[in-house]
Amino acid sequence: MDLGVVDLSRLQFALTALYHFLFVPLTLGMSMMLFIMEGVYVMSGREIWKTITKFWATIFGINFVLGVATGLTMEFQFGTNWSYFSHYVGDIFGAPLAIEGLMAFFLEATFVGLMFFGWEKLSKGKHLLVTFLVALGTNLSALWILIANGWMQHPVGAAFNPQTMRMEVTNFEAVIFNPVAQAKFVHTVSAGYLIASAFVFGISSIYMLRRKWMPVARRSMTVAAAFGLLAALSTVVLGDESGYTLTDNQKMKLAAIEAAWTPEPAPAGLTLFGLPDVKNRTTHLAVRVPWVLGVIATRSFDKPVASIYQLVAVAQTRITSGVQAYDAVEHLKRNPDDPAARAVFAEHGRDLGYGLLLKKYVADPRRADAALIEKTAWDTVPNVPLMFWSFRIMAFTGFFFIFLFGAAFLLTSLRRHDTRWLQWLGVIAIPLPWIAIELGWILAEIGRQPWAIDGVLPTALGASSLTRPELWTTIVGFTAIYGALAVVEVGLIIRTVKKGPYTADPEPDRPPLYPNPDAGPRRGFATPSALPAE
Amino acid sequence: MHIPLDYEILRVIWWGLLGVLLIGFTLTDGFDLGVATLLPFVARTDDERRMVINTIGATWEGNQAWFILGGGAIFAAWPFVYAIAFSSFYLAMFLVLAALILRPVGFKYRSKRESKGWRTTWDWALFIGGFVPALVFGVAVGNVLQGAPFRLDDDLRSFYVGSFLGLFTPFTLLCGLLSVAMVVLHGAAWLAIKAEKGVVRERACRIGGVAGGAGIALFAAGWAFVRFGGLGYKIVGAAMPFAPSNPLHTLVAKTPGAWLDNFVTHPWMLIAPVLGFAGAAAAVLGIRARREFAAMAGSSASALGIIATVGLSMFPIILPSSLDEHSSLTVWNASSSHMTLFIMLIATVVLLPIVLGYTFWVFKVLWGRVDTRAILASHDYY
Repeated sequence: MDLGVVDLSRLQFALTALYHFLFVPLTLGMSMMLFIMEGVYVMSGREIWKTITKFWATIFGINFVLGVATGLTMEFQFGTNWSYFSHYVGDIFGAPLAIEGLMAFFLEATFVGLMFFGWEKLSKGKHLLVTFLVALGTNLSALWILIANGWMQHPVGAAFNPQTMRMEVTNFEAVIFNPVAQAKFVHTVSAGYLIASAFVFGISSIYMLRRKWMPVARRSMTVAAAFGLLAALSTVVLGDESGYTLTDNQKMKLAAIEAAWTPEPAPAGLTLFGLPDVKNRTTHLAVRVPWVLGVIATRSFDKPVASIYQLVAVAQTRITSGVQAYDAVEHLKRNPDDPAARAVFAEHGRDLGYGLLLKKYVADPRRADAALIEKTAWDTVPNVPLMFWSFRIMAFTGFFFIFLFGAAFLLTSLRRHDTRWLQWLGVIAIPLPWIAIELGWILAEIGRQPWAIDGVLPTALGASSLTRPELWTTIVGFTAIYGALAVVEVGLIIRTVKKGPYTADPEPDRPPLYPNPDAGPRRGFATPSALPAE
Repeated sequence: MHIPLDYEILRVIWWGLLGVLLIGFTLTDGFDLGVATLLPFVARTDDERRMVINTIGATWEGNQAWFILGGGAIFAAWPFVYAIAFSSFYLAMFLVLAALILRPVGFKYRSKRESKGWRTTWDWALFIGGFVPALVFGVAVGNVLQGAPFRLDDDLRSFYVGSFLGLFTPFTLLCGLLSVAMVVLHGAAWLAIKAEKGVVRERACRIGGVAGGAGIALFAAGWAFVRFGGLGYKIVGAAMPFAPSNPLHTLVAKTPGAWLDNFVTHPWMLIAPVLGFAGAAAAVLGIRARREFAAMAGSSASALGIIATVGLSMFPIILPSSLDEHSSLTVWNASSSHMTLFIMLIATVVLLPIVLGYTFWVFKVLWGRVDTRAILASHDYY
């Protein structure tokens, strides 16, 4: 096993996933907001709402295609770069991805074209239905992807089959109704709604500050404030922390987030601030709020929250047990009916993944000594300072948006859209949710290390047998393409925002060459003078 | 959980569904790839190019979903194939993805600015996004027919010893060109249906006719190459259609000419190559007579026939190893578990008809030739 190849594979996955995740949450949220805005248009029949919908749809479209383009990479990257992972868990992990394609991606991809091209070809109601189906498709897509991801965090409903050397499904319902997946879905989709609200609110604030396109900006602010408040509350309150007590590794993630090295009597306190010290395995200058963590994490007053030292001890026992499982599998490879090996596997099989952790250091885990097992047990601790700070910045951002949208909701309800400080705050806040969601990804996926599949398959074993030059070729290639596209995308969004939702005059560079009997959609665009006084 | 279909039948069904996915992708996204490949050649002015792009602008995205679904379905039903094929053909796969990434952005971004340089750049990006995947898919099929140099160790981890340039041999390039000819013919037939009557449509029909003729010649050459070049693999010994999926237990030997054995044992299978030739011939005749629906039916039948020919000639082998007799993937040793195949079949039986239903509806709403005047008068178009 070439650890350089493993690290480069991880780097490429992180780069492509984090990049993909810049566009997808905005797609998720904006598709829903477009449905709301167009819904208002259909119900009220007022042209301004059509202008609003079409304007935000233009930006949605620019963003949407990059989500689709970068999603192509994600769909195939498990096979190209994580070949052994794909073999080892494809029997379970592939199913949600395939169902995502059938149930969700097909829906959004088929209807998104009609959403843009169908304004003149469909009745109002039918077009609204199309917009709804796009939103439904993107949200269902998130559901199935997070069922797949949830299974990586909490692999339920599956068992190792020594005859095929892979995990196989035993209970598909458990995979679908995985509590970790459900929590992740709600949290992630809410974060997507939040990002879209912040984006729409921020751009509208720019218009308000510049006194431009105010009829569109005011209404967009109102929608964004209400939708954003719900989204922010849902993101924070229904965070996926509740899943952190389910497995040893999820508990480890929580302990790392809290930098909780040593045990504490229940209910545990929440560390607001501190300086985690990895070398001495302690946290300096901790500022703690008593009880809060225990209540949030265990939903009780008497259950303790596990600490890093405790969990490492558990890992050590499981590694020792996993070595026996590994030995049993080696026997079963040669003789699948060996009764002694079967009995050992029945007892220790659930720890096989822990035995495989040793493969990072020795080809045959059975040759590991106690010192190596202890060292490997400490490998199950993720990067504590990274977890600690990522979580705090993410959570702080969440609370900030509850405040921002709470204030915005109040002020827009009182028709005081023109509150300067709120508009400035809205503009400054535009990039913040992106930082938060990228940190959320880091928490979930780097917090999962050293596992690809929690407790089942170490990340280091999952990579394809590639060479470093091959990986550098694709990393440089993807970075170059993605980098160029990012510049183009941001440029086009800025251009669209500058151009605004409508022009009073026909564009000079697009003279009406032919008289169009249908009058074209431009005439449908409301101009400020055509609007009732605000 | 009781599974009412036995493992062998489910494996064969999923082999068939793999074919359905490939054919679905080729018949729908195939014409998008073809139109993109034709774009710089059939359309010269900006108005012409916009007209061509708008013949597929509203529907190509849904068509591409077949590709995404293909990835997911192979992962779910044939995890060995997903794991081994994509990691073995690593740089080729990167090339395909890099080219396909240019399509969504190309369609969307091209019309956002008026500058000539901007638009020409995206035109070539769209050309690459059509031509390169079409070529590489064909080359990949050629490599599958030749056998790929990979082996599995006893943990079933795969190791590939080939190089990127090694993927391109005379035979695989022939397959690549056949694939390009197929999509160009298909794309030309689509333009004959969708483009307004005029110079662009005429150019497309002319190139389509040539591509159809080339396709017939290349398909015949491929057949001859397999027959006389001695390509082929065969399962030696027991096939074990009910055994747990583990390629190490099957012995697959290189057997020159074996790819044609199925057609000897089961002559009805010859329908597939006959359809491949006859469909292409019908498409050429149709496109020359400007009977666009005959051309589209012909090119669809041809693509279906050619893909089915490859599948049937190899059955039950899916991906042979040219390196190790105990590593080849077959219908009997590379699938998911019995239960996963069954669950995924249920999902497919329920969901695929719905997908086909709304896809049909969307095409119906967008029916009709694309008209340059309408494009120039409206802001909804690309």
